[in-house]
Amino acid sequence: MEGTAAVNLAPGDNSTAALDVERVRRDFPILQETVYDRPLVYFDNAASVQKPRQVIEAMSEAYETYYANVHRGVHHMSQRSTEVFEAGREKVARFLNAPSPDQIVLTRGTTESINLVAASYGRAFLEEGDEVILSVMEHHSNIVPWQLLRDELGIVIKVAPIDDQANFLLDDFAELLSPRTKLVAITHISNALGTVVPIEAVVRLAHEAGAVVLVDGAQAVAHMEIDVQALDVDFYAFSSHKLYGPTGIGGLYGKAELLERMPPYQGGGEMIDVVTFEKTTYKEPPHRFEAGTPAIVEGIGLGAAIDYVSALGRETIAAHESGLTEYAGERLSSVEGLKLHSRAKERASIMAFEMAGAHPHDIGTIVDRAGVAIRAGHHCAQPVMERFGVSATARASFGLYNTREEIDVLVDALGRVKEIFG
Amino acid sequence: MIDPELRQLYQEVILDHGRSPRNCGKPDQFTCEAQGNNPMCGDRLTVYIDLADDGSIREAAFEGRGCAISMASASMMTEMLKGKSRAEAEALFRSFQALCTSDAAEAEDGADVDALERLQVLAGVRAFPVRVKCATLPWHTMQAAVSGQGGQEVTTEL
Repeated sequence: MEGTAAVNLAPGDNSTAALDVERVRRDFPILQETVYDRPLVYFDNAASVQKPRQVIEAMSEAYETYYANVHRGVHHMSQRSTEVFEAGREKVARFLNAPSPDQIVLTRGTTESINLVAASYGRAFLEEGDEVILSVMEHHSNIVPWQLLRDELGIVIKVAPIDDQANFLLDDFAELLSPRTKLVAITHISNALGTVVPIEAVVRLAHEAGAVVLVDGAQAVAHMEIDVQALDVDFYAFSSHKLYGPTGIGGLYGKAELLERMPPYQGGGEMIDVVTFEKTTYKEPPHRFEAGTPAIVEGIGLGAAIDYVSALGRETIAAHESGLTEYAGERLSSVEGLKLHSRAKERASIMAFEMAGAHPHDIGTIVDRAGVAIRAGHHCAQPVMERFGVSATARASFGLYNTREEIDVLVDALGRVKEIFG
Repeated sequence: MIDPELRQLYQEVILDHGRSPRNCGKPDQFTCEAQGNNPMCGDRLTVYIDLADDGSIREAAFEGRGCAISMASASMMTEMLKGKSRAEAEALFRSFQALCTSDAAEAEDGADVDALERLQVLAGVRAFPVRVKCATLPWHTMQAAVSGQGGQEVTTEL
């Protein structure tokens, strides 16, 4: 992957690199496609991002030249597959600044990572009356696993609020903490609003109260530098498909002392040490939590995606996206009748909005005809919709390959919405 | 310039029903009701039907929030159902479903041809497959209400 970074140094300034977006766009074959004879403008990145050729090719190469099952065979292909697959785990560890690859459990994605913590850590260490704090901005995948645990164990779920500008309210969160708080499960960046939660402060307060913290990093990994040691999080969950990698794989970082104490999540091959009908012993983490044949080629694709993003540089990507967010904020605010919900002081490149007289679903259909892909609906975060008294919003979310010109196309298409629903 | 298929979808009649839906709100009197839900977009609506002793539909109303297509469809449906027998209402529903999905749809025997003619304005959804559910959800919900399945929520995702 070396040598593919599309980074240009600004003339006369060797310290700041700007993203060469035209060059980056050539890495993404799908961006050459047209929709209703218009160039595709892909603004549904918070749902899933498109894949660069480097990821697609790494996966094809694996299937075509060295595919075999991992961790099993003595034969050449299995050894090679295992090496590249496990190199993916090492890349994840470096990407999150985890102390060791043994602290990275490879899962199907963020949802499975959260379910793993709820089922394994939750069942082993929580009991009736213990409190789990979530935020009102959680994706359903960070709500429902805790409700299942509540039904099973009788734990209590508390919900940290946001204000009308979608800012996370740290003081209100602090007031929810009590000696009974055992776990805080919270998003890093809200998928429905783009709000960035101050994880460092949340972790400090939670630890003072004696609670462990699980962070849903599904949105954050693609937009900002993540250092799990600096954040001092206990668990960090993410998905590959929002990080320019394939679907079907993701990860869970856990502190070693926690992972070591946790019982298995699922039973099967890969996770065992010795099996007899009388007694079975389990492997050490992370393999203890990885029953069955993993998503081998997807893991290899995830490694390639991390190489790609790292070569561009997350600071460079963040600067590019921050410029887009600022520009989109200005342009969208100028659209008559448009109300922006994403107004938090700390926010990522996710813009949720509504338009007077037009339902988000209708907005989605109309802008689609201009080639612009946005999301319309509840974004798997119905409590957020309830918080703002709406049933749905429209959402444009940006990735590293998006441009200001594309935002102009969206704003122009929103003019069609006005024309129809005026 | 607005795409002609979009114009076909958002005809003035639809925009009018969407803006000021008829029979919208919970009526004082009804004999059956059902909830409809489109989990994909979060839209929900409730259909209320007042059945006469002979089983025919005396009044129909709905409440809920949704896109222009679902609101217009619900609004037009409640106008058309009044005075229809259950068999007539269901024949109209099946003919309307066919209209939303096929260019060559033919009215079923017993379906009100004039009503179907008025429902033609919703046929624009054919060009937008994901929006067909928006148009048909109110009718599915009506059917659940009159057939006594009001306890079960109707969902577009089965």
